[in-house]
Amino acid sequence: MNIDNIKKQFPIFDNKVQNNDLVYLDSANSSQKPQVVVDRIYDFYTKEFSNVGRSVHYLAVAATNLYENTRVLVQKYINAKDPNEIVFTKGATEAINLVANTFGQKFLNEGDEILLTELEHHSNYVPWHYLRKSRGIKINFAEINSDGEITLESIEKNINPKTKMIAITHLSNVTGAILPIKEITKLAHSKNIPILIDGCQGAPHLKLDMQDIDCDFYAISCHKMYGPTGLGILYAKKKWLDILPPYQGGGGMIREVKKEGITFGDLPNKYEAGTMATAQVIAFGESIKFLNNIGIKNIEHHESELTKYGEEVLRKNNSVKLIGNPKNKGSVLSFTLDGIHAHDIATILDEDGVAIRAGHHCCQILHDKLGLQATARASLGVYNTKDDIDKLNESINKCKKIFDK
Amino acid sequence: MDLKELYQEIILDHGKNPRNLKKSDNFNKDAKGHNPLCGDKVHVFLKVDEKNKISDIAFEGSGCAISMASASIMTELMKEKKEIEVKELVDDFLEMIKQNPELKSKILEDNEKTKLMSLSGVKKYPMRVKCATMAWHTLTAAMKNSNDETNTEKFD
Ligand SMILES: Cc1ncc(COP(=O)(O)O)c(C=O)c1O
Repeated sequence: MNIDNIKKQFPIFDNKVQNNDLVYLDSANSSQKPQVVVDRIYDFYTKEFSNVGRSVHYLAVAATNLYENTRVLVQKYINAKDPNEIVFTKGATEAINLVANTFGQKFLNEGDEILLTELEHHSNYVPWHYLRKSRGIKINFAEINSDGEITLESIEKNINPKTKMIAITHLSNVTGAILPIKEITKLAHSKNIPILIDGCQGAPHLKLDMQDIDCDFYAISCHKMYGPTGLGILYAKKKWLDILPPYQGGGGMIREVKKEGITFGDLPNKYEAGTMATAQVIAFGESIKFLNNIGIKNIEHHESELTKYGEEVLRKNNSVKLIGNPKNKGSVLSFTLDGIHAHDIATILDEDGVAIRAGHHCCQILHDKLGLQATARASLGVYNTKDDIDKLNESINKCKKIFDK
Repeated sequence: MDLKELYQEIILDHGKNPRNLKKSDNFNKDAKGHNPLCGDKVHVFLKVDEKNKISDIAFEGSGCAISMASASIMTELMKEKKEIEVKELVDDFLEMIKQNPELKSKILEDNEKTKLMSLSGVKKYPMRVKCATMAWHTLTAAMKNSNDETNTEKFD
């Protein structure tokens, strides 16, 4: 795997950012886009544009085929059984809202419980929170251990006869912990509980096999997967999509509309009301091809080596405190520096072209638990190199110099 | 160069050793502020006398160097100021932080102006302006003894 060649495919690195070479360490937030994805959007709008699924003219048919091709590419990429199990949404956030809303309506009643973890991103908590009021449910949080991990045991301990859904992250966007989702799914199913995985941080970095994991729902964020913004994916087992009610109403998702009543269309249209993010879906097909060309196993290996190197370098730097120490860790390096607030770190690093994120990373529950207001986070993507880590470390040392005056 | 302007010694000093950082138990007005984007929090306590003058001011909170320094410097400058002066200074500061090259107000001494101007470096960092303004918006709320938490997202 030649990183130079891979990096060359990302036009963002051709330009200076405020006179610096860009050291992009914010891929957990959103990844950069390869040229093929950018070109695909341009080509679609300039040569092939038409709305999907509505008209019989040539361009409309062609656009519909392109749109559906991506669905099949995604299906194969995550090894889902059926392309109809792939629903396009505006983001992972909408995918989780879709499940919370429709599952809540149909299956949740006063006193029922949902089990989340302390690692969850706000988008895998807030949609469930609404159900506290509307359905009278209770939300429980499986606790992290001192390494910032969620173990099978901490899930098991929190399951009770009232637990009606387990919704957990695949990979923490703060501690980097990779959850044993296959084992947790098995445990959930042994108690007849469906499980949703927030796969935002898993999908860009780890090999996925829906049939092997066997989860009921898996939410994906395309903009973190070298794809366009405004697009997410909900994988859901067909048995759920068949019985859950539609989420939003509108054009395209109906079969028959009469003044007296409405019947709904078949999958996948049932969950794709209105004009969808057509150009983004078509361009996302190129992201999948890009990932396939490199090979997700190669990406996993590269990022895992780089993460280890990052941990090593930052551990040697005495003033850095890494957040979490999971045995099975994704490419996220969250840290604090003694006496320097994460926002000050981010501003100083930015001056060197080193782009990181600072704050609570949409995980306030976790930060409260850790007793931290904010952390700094460097997160890696396929284009990062050891050189990027070294530059991160140099800039961290510069922070210390400025503040130790 | 810009970084040196942002993290001037006076800012680092106030950031590390904020003045008037304590819970005042002798106050009659207060308000809380919050920057939801970064989680920074501040709680401003005032003792306002019968002539509408701030006889004592303190704050509690935690946050980045810029927000702590800004709150610290603010509390130093606001002591013994009348309500109308507080308003003038807050407006003057907010305009300086966003656009004006200088402070216009005649209320402050030259050395006080210099101290306050040390925060002007944030102008070049649009994402950090709210760090500097949070305490000041909260002070305005405290003068009104507002129970609503001041949220930096409500202001430009
Ligand atoms: C773990 C996790 N879940 C959910 C989301 C939200 O995803 P999206 O931006 O696609 O709505 C993110 C991204 O910020 C995330 O990191």
